Amino acid sequence: MELTNENVLGKIIEKFGTDNIWDAYAPDGIMTFQTNRESIVELIQFLYDDEELQVRFLTTMAGIHYPDQKGKELCMMYQLHSLRHNLRLRIKVYFPIEDPVLPTITHIYATANWMEREAYDFYGMLFTGHPNLIRILNVEDMEYHPMLKQYPLEDQTREDKINTYFGR
Amino acid sequence: MATDNKTVVSDGLQEFRENRELKLQEEENQNLTTLNLGPTHPATHGIFQNILQMDGEKIVSAVSTVGYIHRAFEKIAERRPFYQITPLTDRMNYCSSPINNMGYHMTVEKLLGITVPQRAEYIRVIMMELARIADHLICNSILGVDTGAFTGFLYVFQEREKIYDIYEEVCGARLTTNMGRIGGMERDLTPKAIHMIKEFLKEFPKVFAEFESMFNRNRIFVDRTENVGPITAERALNYGFTGPNLRAAGVDYDVRVMNPYSAYADFDFEIPVGSKGDTYDRFMVRNEEVWQSLRIIEQAINNLPEGSFHADAPHYYLPPKQEVYRNMEALIYHFKIVMGEIDAPKGEVYHAVEGGNGELGFYLISDGGRTPYRLHFRRPCFIYYQAYPEMITGVSLSDAIVILSSMNVIAGELDA
Repeated sequence: MELTNENVLGKIIEKFGTDNIWDAYAPDGIMTFQTNRESIVELIQFLYDDEELQVRFLTTMAGIHYPDQKGKELCMMYQLHSLRHNLRLRIKVYFPIEDPVLPTITHIYATANWMEREAYDFYGMLFTGHPNLIRILNVEDMEYHPMLKQYPLEDQTREDKINTYFGR
Repeated sequence: MATDNKTVVSDGLQEFRENRELKLQEEENQNLTTLNLGPTHPATHGIFQNILQMDGEKIVSAVSTVGYIHRAFEKIAERRPFYQITPLTDRMNYCSSPINNMGYHMTVEKLLGITVPQRAEYIRVIMMELARIADHLICNSILGVDTGAFTGFLYVFQEREKIYDIYEEVCGARLTTNMGRIGGMERDLTPKAIHMIKEFLKEFPKVFAEFESMFNRNRIFVDRTENVGPITAERALNYGFTGPNLRAAGVDYDVRVMNPYSAYADFDFEIPVGSKGDTYDRFMVRNEEVWQSLRIIEQAINNLPEGSFHADAPHYYLPPKQEVYRNMEALIYHFKIVMGEIDAPKGEVYHAVEGGNGELGFYLISDGGRTPYRLHFRRPCFIYYQAYPEMITGVSLSDAIVILSSMNVIAGELDA
């Protein structure tokens, strides 16, 4: 069987059902779909173990913040790669910011360790079961998560700065 | 929500500190010493700290701390118009900035749906391969320095200088190049640049052959590097290794072949692989890649297609300056581009290029505004450097230094 995005998606839906896999599209040729927090670990484990797909490479993980989507403010993107078939997959999990808890996948991919720490550092996502969930790029005692959209960078055109503070 | 998170943060920190206390106590019981390797140690070639627990000369365990030059590029990128993000990418892997620049441009072009003319693609390939050579030269010659051979380093740095002269001729800058534009190159290759590249192709192989003859079968070098820091293919994949480090472990994954971008599909080249994934294999894979890069450059420069050096995309590509003074449209586009007033279409793209040290990916989400909604860099260093503590557990300190330099970890890219 030739592996196309549709075939692979069909196979995943067959296993997990449309309740757990939805909203599939391919914005740039990479099959992208959503799943929920309950199935994410099982799904990634299934893709890893499946002898036909052999999705055994975690390319990257990225957090995204959508402050306007109520109840789905945070998003975690997992991008996987089957080196055997040169097939990339992108999985998204949305969850509320009040409850930013996700299961860890460090037991499947050792490389997820720092990626999850980065997501915790930037977005405050908490990964249950992570061996060492501390900040990675920012200082340990920082009290906020800087990539959240409520922390804007300074506007370059602002005029309320007091010049004497800046030696101007 | 803020308060909730705050308590969690301090809990985690508390636990972290308690663990550290426990470790210190354990260490006292076992008669181990703690050694701080870094953050500013001449042998780490960058700013990263490793706290080592030593039993005499042997490393018992290691903890890496990174983030010393974190500059929040992903956050800054969310405020900048697309063309202003290129200089940020320069500062990631600063040993091969043209690859970062081109990778970023190609990502944005993918989002905008711009097709770049063949000539521009060929020029890009030439510049990217020169950058790869420069990157590998630094890594391999510094590996030589760390094993006690300073000569090779000085010798190839003169050649690296010539690559930087070519950059200067092509784009005006040397280290942080900001080369090319969204839609192509900012200017065509000058006859002088073509001459310099051809000259480099003629002179460099002799020098590099000498460099190789100095190391490849050198008893001291082989003793210091063979079977040092090996990693199995399976473990390397699990750790997300890419680039020469993965290929040294025997996996022939190269983005240039797997997902050909730019004009790579037109060229004939080979992907060298190692077998053991040790320091010597990593060194040899890089050396061979330099030869393959030379092959690619030679094919590209000899078959350089005629045509334009940039795409016809007036909304995104700056018009020539003399047009701006005479032509109304050009003036408008110039103003809009420079002020960052041009909106990009909505979309989501991932584009990967084979960087100097692995798969350099750009994950870009655009919400239809003037800046990216989210731009995530997949930095190969950041991902594979986490294997370092595992790789140096049980080896001696001097081997740990050699392993670090053979992994080609660039602090700028690691911390982004």
